[in-house]
Amino acid sequence: MNAQPQRDAAAIAAEHQADTEAVHGDVSVDETTLSAELAGADASATASADVAEYAMRLGDDALILSQRLGWWISRAPELEEDMALGNIALDLLGHARSLLHYAGSASGRSEDDLAYWRDEPEFRCAWLFEQPNGDFAHTIARGLIASIWMQELYTALSQSTDASLAAIGAKSVKEVAYHRDHAVQWTLRLAGGTDESRRRLLVALTDLWPYTDELFRDDELHERLEGVAPRPSGLRAGFDEIWSAVLAEAEITEADFTNSKIGQSSGGGRHGNHSTHLGPLLAEMQVLARAHPGASW
Amino acid sequence: MNSTTASAPSVVEARRIAATVVDPEVPVLTIDDLGVLRDVRLDGQTVVVTLTPTYSGCPAIDQMRDDVLLTLTAEGFTHVRVDFTLSPAWTTDWMSEAGKQKLEQYGIAPPTHRAGERSGPIPLSLGVKCPRCGSLRTREVSRFGSTACKSHFECLACLEPFDHFKVH
Repeated sequence: MNAQPQRDAAAIAAEHQADTEAVHGDVSVDETTLSAELAGADASATASADVAEYAMRLGDDALILSQRLGWWISRAPELEEDMALGNIALDLLGHARSLLHYAGSASGRSEDDLAYWRDEPEFRCAWLFEQPNGDFAHTIARGLIASIWMQELYTALSQSTDASLAAIGAKSVKEVAYHRDHAVQWTLRLAGGTDESRRRLLVALTDLWPYTDELFRDDELHERLEGVAPRPSGLRAGFDEIWSAVLAEAEITEADFTNSKIGQSSGGGRHGNHSTHLGPLLAEMQVLARAHPGASW
Repeated sequence: MNSTTASAPSVVEARRIAATVVDPEVPVLTIDDLGVLRDVRLDGQTVVVTLTPTYSGCPAIDQMRDDVLLTLTAEGFTHVRVDFTLSPAWTTDWMSEAGKQKLEQYGIAPPTHRAGERSGPIPLSLGVKCPRCGSLRTREVSRFGSTACKSHFECLACLEPFDHFKVH
């Protein structure tokens, strides 16, 4: 995240002069507001309290999943996967920046304020995104659920009556399509690979499936944001269609990963009730910003 | 050069100069070739340049903003502002033909067809021509390459690896 809300051209010029031969002389121009970056169709748009709450939910989903995926860099099974998971994390961080910038506009907070200075109960991500990376199969299973859901979500969001949310949705859906490709290809590869890869994938699906339902629960916020926020329940049919097609291709049946003893998680992330996994993640993500308040790169 | 008198700055001149700024990650392409430069207009005495990022997480966009500011101020424009927009979302359909040729000469396979809506749960990919030997016998090594906008290929004819600018 960009830790600098504002810089002027003189500072930029000094920086450039330090590392290039080019001399731009004594530069002074209007101050540039970086927070305008990646705003929606209208960079100065201010969200209402309800819209901000909704944008924060989606922004937190993207931010927390991005943070989780970043861990894989240098640890993935092959170099190409370091790059793939790193690139997916980067896209998600971009979505998080846009969404949190917009969410913060309602309360005068920056994207960095929201990312680094909120505590656990103030985060609004669903439990799926907090789940640990586990082995590579767990990360793929989590990514499969996440990317199919995000593609349905952002497709619907691009039709929002809120111009900023619609712009973010239209932009993000193109990138999430790549994430879904990636997850689908690996799901097929693991399912049809060795006995061991298939076994691990089924364990991962069994572990992560209970966190799916939370993504599709409507609440009073969606009632109030009719036309602005797509109803989560309305995304279910589209999700199920893709999910079933991928599993059929992978020759996996529902009985392979659902357990009658384990229902769906009650979740609670949308209201600040989180699993035990979020705290340690935030501790690591926020430690530097909190050790040096106000510092910038 | 634009003098800093009371007369309004020239939009045409400002656009011409802004269009020379290059993408730091693909320095053979200007922001105009890429379709990242969306608009140059006047707001009173201020030149307002509007950019759109290629990908949401593209780190090059900050550098492009700085370079637009610096290039214009160095050319005598005293009041410059850079705005960003996400809408309409960037697409490789905006890349100029000249830009595609420059990419290929640089050793990066350009986006070769129009960006369509991806459909269906199991995606298919079309053939990509090797920028070195022109063979279509190529293989995608990874959909994710050295930057967000590129995928990584290898040519089965000349055996060289190359980057492909993804259709987006």
